[in-house]
Amino acid sequence: MMPRFHAQDEHLMDYAAGSLAEPIAVLVATHLALCPACRARVEAFEAVGGALLEKLGTEAIDRSLRDSVLAKLDETDSECAPPPSVRKPAPIDLRVPEPLRGYLGGGLDTLAWKARGPVDEVRILREHAGVTSRLLRIKAGTPMPHHTHDGNELTLVLTGGFTDRGDHFLRGDVAAADSSVDHCPAADPGEDCYCFAVNDAPLRLTGPIGRLLNPFLRI
Amino acid sequence: MLEADKTIPGQDNVALIDLMSAIAETRDREAFARLFDHFAPRVKAYMRRLGAEPAAAEDLVQDVMLTVWRRAGQFDPTKAGVATWIFTIARNRRIDIIRHERRPAPDPNDPALVPNREPEADAAVEQNQHGTRLRSAVAELPEEQARLLELAYFEDKSHSVIAGELGLPLGTVKSRIRLAMDKLRIQLAELK
Ligand SMILES: [Zn+2]
Repeated sequence: MMPRFHAQDEHLMDYAAGSLAEPIAVLVATHLALCPACRARVEAFEAVGGALLEKLGTEAIDRSLRDSVLAKLDETDSECAPPPSVRKPAPIDLRVPEPLRGYLGGGLDTLAWKARGPVDEVRILREHAGVTSRLLRIKAGTPMPHHTHDGNELTLVLTGGFTDRGDHFLRGDVAAADSSVDHCPAADPGEDCYCFAVNDAPLRLTGPIGRLLNPFLRI
Repeated sequence: MLEADKTIPGQDNVALIDLMSAIAETRDREAFARLFDHFAPRVKAYMRRLGAEPAAAEDLVQDVMLTVWRRAGQFDPTKAGVATWIFTIARNRRIDIIRHERRPAPDPNDPALVPNREPEADAAVEQNQHGTRLRSAVAELPEEQARLLELAYFEDKSHSVIAGELGLPLGTVKSRIRLAMDKLRIQLAELK
């Protein structure tokens, strides 16, 4: 099943250009693992990068640099396509595709989940240029607290699903919300919803209980 | 100093592909030297444009070009043009060496990966024609749009950072870049 809600072109182009902060790049790349359509788009954006590289102009290369590279060819072996990576004996958690899986250090069930109100969460990468990332576990059938954010929030669904402002998000889908959005996504009944969420500014809870929780969420 | 860029006339991707197969199949040093003379000055310009000091830029040129030599066998002309392939290597090496970050990417051997549909039979020919059309479309972009694309690709700036620096709303930057992409779109069959 292909995702219905895709990464935005803005992020696919920045990913192809190599200018995304690492946490957002992880979210985009993990969506790519589940979405052949966006992989094709990234390849097209990379082709634009190749065309721009041809057009960019040149900077003179010192004769000594050229000689030194050519002299190193003999000692530089050719490298075949990387062999299929050797899997660890422990079963891998297929709910989490690479590259996100590599950042977890274990399956979803082995992580040190912390309860934050009705949602459990684990911080993943270190904060990067103001961008934070978390795995979320929303209990089946549960709404998240009403909240808004100062910046942008991207959420990639890994398992289960949730409904937000009339849209229904499932595995592989990317939900985007900016500071104009005050929302309370609700997890589908029947299955806990695991998501990977990236924020470029802290959340602000807006409901009456949320406002009380706010101080605890500044992690 | 060498005079840059007199080796591969007309940015001929077919000639570049021939060099790549000579390097991959017979470890042809002469072919590599010609590829070097074409791309090393461009990779250096790319690194300088992204803020690397001259010495660091030259280290990266060496690193990128030796990576090209090592991985020549992995180059697949049905998937990307030579310039595009070298662009992705340069991009990844810069993220690794200058930004000290990992470049997160899907693992093609991951059983969780949703595979591509079957590629078409004449993918290489098509890829080639695309590349040529795309290069001329990029060359013909209006100055302002080309400038925005260059900011996005060559200054390590995400769309939102570009918007901040130009004092434009993010929506405006997005729509101007979209305009540029629309001009390229007919060349990018993959783009919806
Ligand atoms: Zn997609």
